[in-house]
Amino acid sequence: MPTTPAGPPATEAPLIELDGVEKVFHVRRRTGLLRRERREVRAVDGLTFRVPRGEMVGYIGPNGAGKSTTVKMLTGILVPSAGRLRVAGTDPSRERERLARRIGVVFGQRTTLWWDLPLRDSYGLVRRMYRIPERRYRENLERCVELLDLAALLDVPVRQLSLGQRMRGDIAAALLHDPEVLYLDEPTIGLDVVSKAKVRNVLRDVNAERGTTVLLTTHDLTDIEQLCKRVMVIDHGRLVYDGGLDGLLTAGGGERTLVVDLEREFPPIEDVPGARVVRVEGPRQWLAFAAGGSAAPLVAAVAERYPLVDLSVREPAIEDVIARMYADRPAA
Amino acid sequence: MADHPLVRPLRRPAAGTRAYGLVAGMWIRSALAYRASFLMMAAGNFAATALDFVAIYLMFRHVDALGGFTLPEVALLYGTTSTSFGLTDLVLGNMDRVGRRVRDGTMDTLLVRPVPVLAHVAADRFALHRLGRLGQGLLLLVWSLSRVDVHWTPVTVLLVPLMLLSGSLIFAAVFVAGGAFQFRAGDASEVQNAFTYGGTTLLQYPPTVFAQDLVRGVTFVVPLAFVNWLPALRLLGRDDPLGLPGWADFASPAVALACCALAGLAWRAGLRGYRSTGS
Repeated sequence: MPTTPAGPPATEAPLIELDGVEKVFHVRRRTGLLRRERREVRAVDGLTFRVPRGEMVGYIGPNGAGKSTTVKMLTGILVPSAGRLRVAGTDPSRERERLARRIGVVFGQRTTLWWDLPLRDSYGLVRRMYRIPERRYRENLERCVELLDLAALLDVPVRQLSLGQRMRGDIAAALLHDPEVLYLDEPTIGLDVVSKAKVRNVLRDVNAERGTTVLLTTHDLTDIEQLCKRVMVIDHGRLVYDGGLDGLLTAGGGERTLVVDLEREFPPIEDVPGARVVRVEGPRQWLAFAAGGSAAPLVAAVAERYPLVDLSVREPAIEDVIARMYADRPAA
Repeated sequence: MADHPLVRPLRRPAAGTRAYGLVAGMWIRSALAYRASFLMMAAGNFAATALDFVAIYLMFRHVDALGGFTLPEVALLYGTTSTSFGLTDLVLGNMDRVGRRVRDGTMDTLLVRPVPVLAHVAADRFALHRLGRLGQGLLLLVWSLSRVDVHWTPVTVLLVPLMLLSGSLIFAAVFVAGGAFQFRAGDASEVQNAFTYGGTTLLQYPPTVFAQDLVRGVTFVVPLAFVNWLPALRLLGRDDPLGLPGWADFASPAVALACCALAGLAWRAGLRGYRSTGS
């Protein structure tokens, strides 16, 4: 088991702490009439990270990477197979009910609301279940109704809501009790642009105004770009990247592209160090170079050797970088 | 919250009861919002379950006794088991959803709430119209008690509510244990139904009409006989077909409590298994 890193010398312990957390599932599969094969699946394999209070973290990875399993362990639904996991100083699986008062959870794929009841009744039940003081409840509800545009939906049964409306309703329900930390498992999946914007708005708001810590799993990198300073990438149950969004481009072996227009057609430029030609189209050539490097010496080198007419620099698409990051890792 | 050592063991049942009340209360309000619909469903539940007795009644048009029992005596068996089962079905009838909840993942949404899961699962979608079954059971119980020949003493008077309560608890244990089993086998609710709905149908008839082995099974394996057979036989002044000692007629409360304890353990094991496998 890895030893606990010293961590930042913060005055306050991090809200979320994971040390070598593992989750192993035993999958039984029928291989013949009576034969069964027992297989171990490591959904989460030695996760170690910290999230300080008030941070907003994006948690991304391909399907089956272990994102949802992590969230389920953090909420106490699942018990880790190994390692140490603490949320707000407590072990979520042991103190599940008590911790539930302090956290908010939104599952993108399924609602935590009561299917046949109007939103308003669901919220009333949440108020009593979490023992939210009446005034606090009314303030929070008003705020959510305004930010998530729910006024017209309060009396509609959940089953009649569209996906986007339902998701907004779910997020409001998760915020009524002022959770210290909010876990969102793919909250923008399948939503239209307007709903996505509203969801991002309210997340930004609770994070800024209430200091709510937010952990967001998503496939939509725009969510991350717009909301999170920090992003964690998980693949095959392991953390493959943890840091800023900019760093992700470098770490993922992302390449920027220098597009040069020369006076006339030339053979592919091969005499400029640090760059390689990826495409030639008449007088225009595309040169790829490391995302961490600067374009200036490259431009100078090209200009020195060729009659340069025009140029532009293209940033790598974050999707491509992450796709490459997933692809680089061998399948388990 | 004060954590007095005497209060602590009561905290979970109290939290569970409160949560149950909250969730069930909301479903009741929601059911009563459509009064006509509720009344129709309750009447339907009453009629559908009362058909069982109609079958018994029709049988008595052709015979004078069933396994040596007269119509009012069979009605007493019918009334006691239907009342006990009706009460439990009302409170815990939704336990057969555990398997479906595990399969479709909605169990997870209950596990993020700050309330005991058992109470939440049982109370969710609380169906007030199940009062219909309870109503017809009570009705027949009252009718039969006015007709059967019972030597009423303080003991036999006390035996009736004790029998109903113990019966409810035994059925409750079966419901909870069945729910626990569904964590493992998602489609086990039919097995549970065999013991709950099937069990109550069995108990509507006198034990003398069944084979000895079956009677032994529901006495010693799944102790459904303690719901009403044994105490009711005492009430009617009859011997039980297995020839158990006399105190067995009064053992129902103890059997009920033991069943509930076992079911509680099974539930905890089921939930623990779910939380470590994720199913």
